[in-house]
Amino acid sequence: MSDANQNAGPGENSDLHSAMPTEKIKAIPLRHPWRNLAAAALLVVSVSFLYDASHREIYDWATFSHYLFNHRVLTGVVVTLELTAYAMVIAVLLGIGLAVMRQSPNPVLKSVAWTFIWFFRGTPVYVQLVFWGLLSTVYPSITFGIPHVGDIATIPSINNLSLFVLAVIGLSLNEAAYMAEIVRAGLLSVDRGQEEAAKALGMGWGLSMRRIIIPQAMRIIIPPTGNEVISMLKTTSLVTAIPLTIDLYMATRDISATTYKPVPLLLVASTWYLAFTSVLMVLQYFLEKRFARGYAQMGLEVQATPLEGNGAG
Amino acid sequence: MTNNSQFMVQAQNVHKNFGAHEVLKGITLNVAHGEVMCLVGPSGSGKSTFLRCINHLEVVNGGRLLVDGELIGYRDGGDKLFELKASEAALQRRDIGMVFQKFNLFPHLTALENVIEAPIRVKKLSRSDAIARGKELLTRVGLEEKFDAYPAHLSGGQQQRVAIARALAMDPKLMLFDEPTSALDPELVGEVLDVMRELAKSGMTMIVVTHEMGFAREVADSLVFMDNGIVVESGKPAEVLLNPQHDRTKAFLSKVL
Repeated sequence: MSDANQNAGPGENSDLHSAMPTEKIKAIPLRHPWRNLAAAALLVVSVSFLYDASHREIYDWATFSHYLFNHRVLTGVVVTLELTAYAMVIAVLLGIGLAVMRQSPNPVLKSVAWTFIWFFRGTPVYVQLVFWGLLSTVYPSITFGIPHVGDIATIPSINNLSLFVLAVIGLSLNEAAYMAEIVRAGLLSVDRGQEEAAKALGMGWGLSMRRIIIPQAMRIIIPPTGNEVISMLKTTSLVTAIPLTIDLYMATRDISATTYKPVPLLLVASTWYLAFTSVLMVLQYFLEKRFARGYAQMGLEVQATPLEGNGAG
Repeated sequence: MTNNSQFMVQAQNVHKNFGAHEVLKGITLNVAHGEVMCLVGPSGSGKSTFLRCINHLEVVNGGRLLVDGELIGYRDGGDKLFELKASEAALQRRDIGMVFQKFNLFPHLTALENVIEAPIRVKKLSRSDAIARGKELLTRVGLEEKFDAYPAHLSGGQQQRVAIARALAMDPKLMLFDEPTSALDPELVGEVLDVMRELAKSGMTMIVVTHEMGFAREVADSLVFMDNGIVVESGKPAEVLLNPQHDRTKAFLSKVL
């Protein structure tokens, strides 16, 4: 039925059995008609939705633009960013510490880390934040002493901690438990031979962790950590449980409580959250690229957007 | 401890077990300064484990292992042995270079960075001195074009040569090779053996676990045949290879030669 020599192009007219096709293949690329159709349909739906949204009264775009750069909203944005930054930095450092502790040969360190993760990952962050808010009620002061001997030291000023600090503590301790597991997965992904090679060169445990193991683990750690930063940015909206009420979400809630227009202010909050998560995604792309050094030829290049990998190549 | 021992390596009745499984059942051998010793034997015979005991990657369970007169892994306290701290063990390993079957280069560092990492961080060499020495060593193993290449961009033979340069950068007094050519494509074995041959000529003390009988015959001063956790036979390579005394040696050599 099919003739293999059909593929021989023009100019290929000599002996059909001995000659191999040598010219480049100029095939017609595989068509994807359903893809194109689906894209067109989605485009129509999106345009209709946007057109409808631009006219829908409840969205109240005038109020939206009036409050988008409102002073209280901007202050809320700064508080939300600060909460995210402080909480994540502490969580990453603490998470690395906990992960390293869990890997350490010391059983005391191991169980401390395990218990920390068990507790802070096992209870809801909202509940934890409420507890941190009640800290000064539960423990008005902490006194160190020996029974029948006397007090050694008293820390009276727990209630002097600001709500902001409590929020950072609450968010970071919870997040550290998750970061610890992410870092641990990263450490486990590094080949055991790496640690042995470092040892054989006379490197101590700390040095080989810092210079050899952790830099390689970063490649595995960064993608889920970017996810955690984005997640943290949004989780900060729970600090009202403390109650800290000056973050982005509560600022917009406060405004809508006086304007009776909740929807446009929800849109204001969403716009800001979305803007910053978008920036974070770009930062993550560059970080991943940085830590993929030495791996580029192994087919592990970093992909920026879903479209980038689909190019003409 | 004195460092003017007669032998570079002294193994005295070394035992090692993993759980109930006894891998080394009393290894006794001496390696002189500048000697090249090849360890051969079937897989599972304990030769790699013995090699890893010499730089304390494995902890010895019985007997004594001394490198240049210094007890490895323990401090001799008269009638008792005291386990060394990790930092003390690390200090002992500085002078013992090791080359692994799977190279174990650091993939996130370039060839040159692989070589200079330990001299800078462990030996506290200045960066410029370490770079000069690193370039010299990479040139010596024939990789003067590849200073800035990452391991993933190098062939297996090139990676193993970087690994040898990396070990040499610590100025070791003893080099351990754990099947250095077993993970290589056949056409890349020669370039690694050439580097090792040159190293042997320069007077380095070397212990080589290998299946390359040609290399053993040509380069080694002594050959040790191990099987099932013991030294079955040892002597000059030509004697052991051409005139093996034990049946187990004969059976093994008939398969690999």
